[in-house]
Amino acid sequence: MGKISDQSKLAEGLDPTLPPPAVEDSVREAEERTWTPAKIGLWVAISLLGAVAWFMLALVRGETVNAIWFVFAAVCTYLIGYRFYSKVIERYLLKPDDRRATPAEYKADGKDYVRTDRNVLFGHHFAAIAGAGPLVGPVIAAQMGYLPGTIWIIIGVVLAGAVQDYLVMFFSMRRGGRSLGQMAREELGVIGGTAALVATLLIMIIIVAILALVVVNALGESPWGVFSVGMTIPIALFMGVYLRFIRPGKVMEVSIIGFVLLMAAIIGGGAVAGTEWGAAFFHLDKVTIAWGIIIYGFIAAILPVWLLLAPRDYLSTFMKIGVIVMLAVAIIVVRPEITVPAFSEFASRENGPVFSGALFPFLFVTIACGALSGFHALISSGTTPKLIEKERQTRFIGYGGMLMESFVAIMALVAAISIDRGIYFAMNAPLALTGGTVESAAQWVNSLGLANVNITPEVLAQTAKDVGEESIISRSGGAPTLAVGLAHIMQQFIGGPGMMAFWYHFAIMFEALFILTAVDAGTRVARFMLQDSIGNFVPKFKEASWRPGAWLCTAIMVGAWGAVLLMGVTDPLGGINTLFPLFGIANQLLAAIALAVCLAITAKRGVFKWLWIVAVPLTFAAVVTITASFHKIFSPVPAVGYFANNQAFSKALADGKTEFGTAKTVAAMEAVVRNTMIQGVLSVIFVTLSIIVIVAALLATIKAIRAGGGQDHEDPPVPSKVYAPAGLFPTAAEKTLLAEWNALPAEKRSQKAGHH
Amino acid sequence: MNTVVRGLRGFATYMGSLMGADAYQKYLEHFEATAHSGPAMTEREFWRDRMDRQDSNPQGRCC
Repeated sequence: MGKISDQSKLAEGLDPTLPPPAVEDSVREAEERTWTPAKIGLWVAISLLGAVAWFMLALVRGETVNAIWFVFAAVCTYLIGYRFYSKVIERYLLKPDDRRATPAEYKADGKDYVRTDRNVLFGHHFAAIAGAGPLVGPVIAAQMGYLPGTIWIIIGVVLAGAVQDYLVMFFSMRRGGRSLGQMAREELGVIGGTAALVATLLIMIIIVAILALVVVNALGESPWGVFSVGMTIPIALFMGVYLRFIRPGKVMEVSIIGFVLLMAAIIGGGAVAGTEWGAAFFHLDKVTIAWGIIIYGFIAAILPVWLLLAPRDYLSTFMKIGVIVMLAVAIIVVRPEITVPAFSEFASRENGPVFSGALFPFLFVTIACGALSGFHALISSGTTPKLIEKERQTRFIGYGGMLMESFVAIMALVAAISIDRGIYFAMNAPLALTGGTVESAAQWVNSLGLANVNITPEVLAQTAKDVGEESIISRSGGAPTLAVGLAHIMQQFIGGPGMMAFWYHFAIMFEALFILTAVDAGTRVARFMLQDSIGNFVPKFKEASWRPGAWLCTAIMVGAWGAVLLMGVTDPLGGINTLFPLFGIANQLLAAIALAVCLAITAKRGVFKWLWIVAVPLTFAAVVTITASFHKIFSPVPAVGYFANNQAFSKALADGKTEFGTAKTVAAMEAVVRNTMIQGVLSVIFVTLSIIVIVAALLATIKAIRAGGGQDHEDPPVPSKVYAPAGLFPTAAEKTLLAEWNALPAEKRSQKAGHH
Repeated sequence: MNTVVRGLRGFATYMGSLMGADAYQKYLEHFEATAHSGPAMTEREFWRDRMDRQDSNPQGRCC
């Protein structure tokens, strides 16, 4: 402990022949606290623009609202949150010290621990945290209207999501890049740590299963989609071989080749699906595709990384940056008019067709990624902290990176609500409600009594034709809706209506690519966690190279998520409708676990006055997820409660009924009984484990407060011998110091300090 | 025109480092800056080693 002695030790260890490794505290403080008229004017302008944008979204009730207001409301709020709130966290809670070397400096090995330019690492971290999640959740949540989702995404990220990412990254960096699980064990003891580990493992299984379900729903009965997504496998294999044997290390070159092949696969998919044999051969039902993904998932997880995972990761990163830039430019250029109401008819009900449950708490679990995502804690601890160059950069990379993901979620929301509401509900309601044909779907949507919705079968048929699909009815899961929205916007930007089918399949392709990468990586990470856990009892399992152990653990993991996936695919109630809340709950529970660990660490650091910064998002996440879990477990409404539904169907079976609700056969009814029981039991396990972790963290926190602090598990401080600025744009003082460093002879600067 | 070319080149360099194309370069820099026994890995060896280490040290990708 004792910050003073750390400080003096750091001061003594500094190399006198080098410029200082940090801007002098007093100089930095003066710079931060000086308000020139230009600076004041800038922030007043940002605040005013943000206020006007929020006013347009929240209070003006016209027929339509322009999409550009979403962009302004989001960006202005992010800027204010970043400049002021994250600065408070930095100054009073975390207190980074640039005189202290980061793990990338004191553990440098040129491989895993490498100092990385902050702007590069920002993109790297962003590509690791953002995937299909922020693209899917907001689309599903649009059932309730645009405003609840917009407020949660923008305010949630500033006060919760970005705070979690920033804290976890900083604490992990101070601990040499330790993982969340290791930190939980260290801070919370054996019981809390073990509960956190088991919860993480189960949560990963659920998350992988439901992501896979999104892909299955997007590809089912879509020959074009199956062909083009299927082609990513040979393309990735080719890239892997190319990088391994033909031209090692030529990452950009092979990514561009891969990208061109990918575009060819999308265009070729249209041609193949247009032929009779192609349509017949690639027309697969959802159960077949689910089995395909399960088998693929197992093989992909046992193949060496270089052959499939690494090259697809390159493709995925390449697409991710490209797609997001493209979507942002398109929305700003096209500026679609939104006709969806701020609050829809379903905002005050709990039986919506897209996802069931009331706005509180279910909206807040439906949108997880983009506002608060617990999964990020696994990325923010571990990989990224080993690459950070200077302590002060964690604010830009951790907090800023998450703001960026939130912006992706806002853009996905805009794309999804730019399509007609009638089409939205026809696409996202389960088959049992829409009936599957354009006529029955149109009739059902019109019977909902939604304002300004009057859809005709012709419009539904035409939309399907425009995007090159046989049907768009009941394509739930969010991805196809986003793809239609994106195609709708992009064709106004590039290519016109004739390009809609291309853009639709382009969107499906990149969503599938992100998800399959997450599935692969998730299976591998989960397999290692399982191997490690079993290894505590059977030491042989800890050897990563022991094939039988690796294969067995992979099979267990794939079997587990595969079972949940098949359950979702065959669910008579519509898998997304019942399972997506479970995905959100799992993700948010992980966030609660991560924040609980951060709370304990913060208390042990002795900064009690600022504990609320962690306590506020933790309380919110805990209340939301525990309430949502209790609804799912105890609600007497069958549409919401798993066990209520289970009982309703069990009773119907016992009464000898042969059809009940949306299940039309005895087998379907039995499936509902089985599925609801599994889902209910999973909910009970998740919430119990999370409560154990939260209680353990609270106990550790109280103990620390009573003792006036606690044991600090940080690595001992090492004086830093490098310098780089903290944010995107260096300040005047940072530029001066950087110039001093750049004036040094090359051999004195241990590696290049902050190029760029 | 020159600005455009420079901008594009800068973007390409950025994307390259983002995807880790400069990993070998960084390894060499580190290798030269520190005391070591034996020669540095060749580019081919380095990439093999890098991929093979990922096999036993997988990195998560988020949703």
